[in-house]
Amino acid sequence: MSTVAATHEHHHPTGITRWLFTTNHKDIGTLYLWFAFIMFLLGGAMAMVIRAELFQPGMQIVDPHFFNQMTTMHGLIMVFGAVMPAFVGLANWQIPLMIGAPDMALPRMNNWSFWILPFAGTMLVSTLFMEGGGPAFGWTFYAPLSTTFAPASTDFFIFAVHLLGFSSIMGAINIIATILNMRAPGMTLMKMPLFVWTWLITAFLLIAVMPVLAGAVTMMLTDRNFGTSFFDAAGGGDPVLFQHVFWFFGHPEVYIMILPAFGVVSQIIPTFARKPLFGYASMVYATAAIAFLSFIVWAHHMFTVGMPVAGELYFMYATVMIAVPTAVKVFNWTATMWKGSMTFEAPMLWAIAFVFLFTIGGFTGLMLGVAPADFQYHDTYFVVAHFHYVLVTGAVFAIIAGVYYWLPKWTGNMYHEGLAKWHFWLSAISVNVLFFPMHFVGLAGMPRRIPDYSPMFAEFNMMASLGGFVFGASQLLFLYIIIKTIRGGEKATDEVWEGAEGLEWTVASPAPYHTFETPPQVK
Amino acid sequence: MSANTITRKLRSFLYAVLLLGPGSALAEYKLNMPESVTVVGKEIFGLHMLVLWIVTIVGIGVFGVIIYSLFKHRKSKGAVASQFHESTAVEVIWTVIPLVILVLIAIPATKTLLKIEDSSNADVTVKATGWQWKWQYEYLDEDISFFSNLDSDSNEAREKGSGVNVRTVDNYLLDVDKPIVVPVNKKVRILTTSNDVIHAWWVPDLGIKRDAIPGYINESWFKATETGTYRGQCAELCGKDHGFMPIVVKVVAENDYQNWVAEQKEASAAASAGSDREWSEDELMTRGEEVYKANCAACHQANGEGVPGTFPALAGGELTTGSAEGHIDIVLNGKSGTSMQAFGPQLNDADLAAVITYERKSWGNDASVVQPSDVKAAR
Repeated sequence: MSTVAATHEHHHPTGITRWLFTTNHKDIGTLYLWFAFIMFLLGGAMAMVIRAELFQPGMQIVDPHFFNQMTTMHGLIMVFGAVMPAFVGLANWQIPLMIGAPDMALPRMNNWSFWILPFAGTMLVSTLFMEGGGPAFGWTFYAPLSTTFAPASTDFFIFAVHLLGFSSIMGAINIIATILNMRAPGMTLMKMPLFVWTWLITAFLLIAVMPVLAGAVTMMLTDRNFGTSFFDAAGGGDPVLFQHVFWFFGHPEVYIMILPAFGVVSQIIPTFARKPLFGYASMVYATAAIAFLSFIVWAHHMFTVGMPVAGELYFMYATVMIAVPTAVKVFNWTATMWKGSMTFEAPMLWAIAFVFLFTIGGFTGLMLGVAPADFQYHDTYFVVAHFHYVLVTGAVFAIIAGVYYWLPKWTGNMYHEGLAKWHFWLSAISVNVLFFPMHFVGLAGMPRRIPDYSPMFAEFNMMASLGGFVFGASQLLFLYIIIKTIRGGEKATDEVWEGAEGLEWTVASPAPYHTFETPPQVK
Repeated sequence: MSANTITRKLRSFLYAVLLLGPGSALAEYKLNMPESVTVVGKEIFGLHMLVLWIVTIVGIGVFGVIIYSLFKHRKSKGAVASQFHESTAVEVIWTVIPLVILVLIAIPATKTLLKIEDSSNADVTVKATGWQWKWQYEYLDEDISFFSNLDSDSNEAREKGSGVNVRTVDNYLLDVDKPIVVPVNKKVRILTTSNDVIHAWWVPDLGIKRDAIPGYINESWFKATETGTYRGQCAELCGKDHGFMPIVVKVVAENDYQNWVAEQKEASAAASAGSDREWSEDELMTRGEEVYKANCAACHQANGEGVPGTFPALAGGELTTGSAEGHIDIVLNGKSGTSMQAFGPQLNDADLAAVITYERKSWGNDASVVQPSDVKAAR
């Protein structure tokens, strides 16, 4: 028996089959993170095309149809290819380490849920090379532009969304099963690290809404190919129904992309402030409150469709309520830093930038929630600025913070702090040059998703483009830093950070292939 | 060189200097929402500023505390971490304060929203129908109906490689061939709907934005208190030329409005008269080129080559070189399931005959001439 156990202990497959057949949460986490990074660069390259065309008024580089394909694919790839898989990657690596579990609860399904992604992603991107081009109807794919008036490749897009949904649902089931069943003895729910809590809630959101998205695209599929008229007014259907179904998925979806970010930041700030997280319980309740509210506010994305005034009032009131639990979170992070003993290594820099810039996104979110004003903001660059503040300087900054925070644990090596600071400052400054002027052009009247614009918006667009080019280039530095860290560098200690607390810091650096085969005791 | 041309050249030179010159461009900066020329629009602006100030003040407070802490509570300054980590009293306070602020915002927002949604007792009703990619306006009480396209200067300049500096085009992308005209200080109700995909009718200065959805008729309204020309754009992604379907509203004095209405009625009578006579081929070709540029070139391209895989070529096309009946049918009735619209309801018989003839006689095509009477017979 002991020999069997010993062989298992040292079982560490190599070569391509290690990655293809792996059921190890660390390998799968790594796969997810690399996939997300590749998609991030691809989606980023599309953003560069967009910013290059918008560098000055007039059409210079692409034609309007291709421009629409770029905005659409940029959104789809960043949401479904970059941000969501990156958080699942962080969850795969960290949740078992943080709750003292030897692996995820369902390792084979874990393999499958990852390996669907490259195929779904490839199918999605391949539409760009098909006759008539890829999806050109925005990442929100409103009918009937996405049904009757869409290119033939849309059916591939629909199938890709189905596959991405399968992957997300399986990932979510796995995370819930792991957290509920595999915590180390003594790790009660209210002792779980906040990253684990936010992911538990996120996973429930995923299970609730991904099937709704699947329903929406299935109705599109039958409308396009089998003669139904769910969204076709001429056949007795309703184009607005599509928007209700989409945003019933879509609003929880945006919290799916931000709640784990709250979790990451809530791990990092206490570590570098050397002080426990302020208001742990209220953070858990606030996360749950935000998740609940996310289900009942969807129509604030569609105030201009002509809802009854009672509906508009309800959705306005419900929406602005979200400001309360979100404010509680920001106050708690602030109070955690207050009277701490702070140091500013890269993870902390990114986390602090998150608190500042996500809050700006939250402020504009509140402004957008006020329905009468939303009639002016809706579908302008003001909205583009808002959701890039919450998704780029929110979700993406938190992912980068998490990568710097846990990279020494994953690789056993410290990253180069000087280069990481360059990466941070370049990104943090350029991202504001990129997105802040969008508030101004949006308020001044520039609609979103247009390939060309009136010269009165020219200066700020040029500024945004320049910021965009610097921000895009800075992420190549991130790639370099990660590869350099994997290859070598100063050896990391087991604890890595002076103020770090939690089970993940009790295992060796790099984390052994198998950890916590004997569950630790949590006091 | 006529005096006129000189003035025009001088003007475009001045524009170039003004807009491209350093520093002077600052005058063009617009940072904020327009204050609007309607009562409701002004209220919206007020709400916008109210919430903007609230979040600015809250932001200064919160960011101030964080920045203070970042400098004061750092290890390098010898700060020692306290270990406090909860306080129910504090949590209750910072939950209740945001709630109170939200109620203060919600009260004026509710009042304005109720006003926005009350479009009763309108003086003038205009129905705006979105088409890919233009607006159709129908004055329901006056029997006036017309299409409003991107104006030809912008339309030519916007083509990739047009060689035109778009900064020299007046109101680039924000001008139309035919604006809608409404009276000042009157309640104008806008009904929005669509013929194809979802569009949105938006004029920032009028404080109005409403989706135009196929199968729906949405209501909204404005009452402009100042005469002037107000420009907007389609705000909902509606396909390839979403960025190229502007909206221009001219708000004029009541008697100017009445004159305009009378002119429109005369013009439409004259146009239907033109459809009853025989046209020469030259006349048809000249008129046809104009109609083609305004209605067809966006998809089929000015050179008739189309876009492979999406929009069929007309140069050497089967239809444009085949029988006149087939050609007239598809232009009149469109092709369902594609972007090819039915132009029957959009253009009069003379314009249709002209554009069909133009398509049959251009780019090396040499098919038969079509007369307005042929189109009339096919309707």
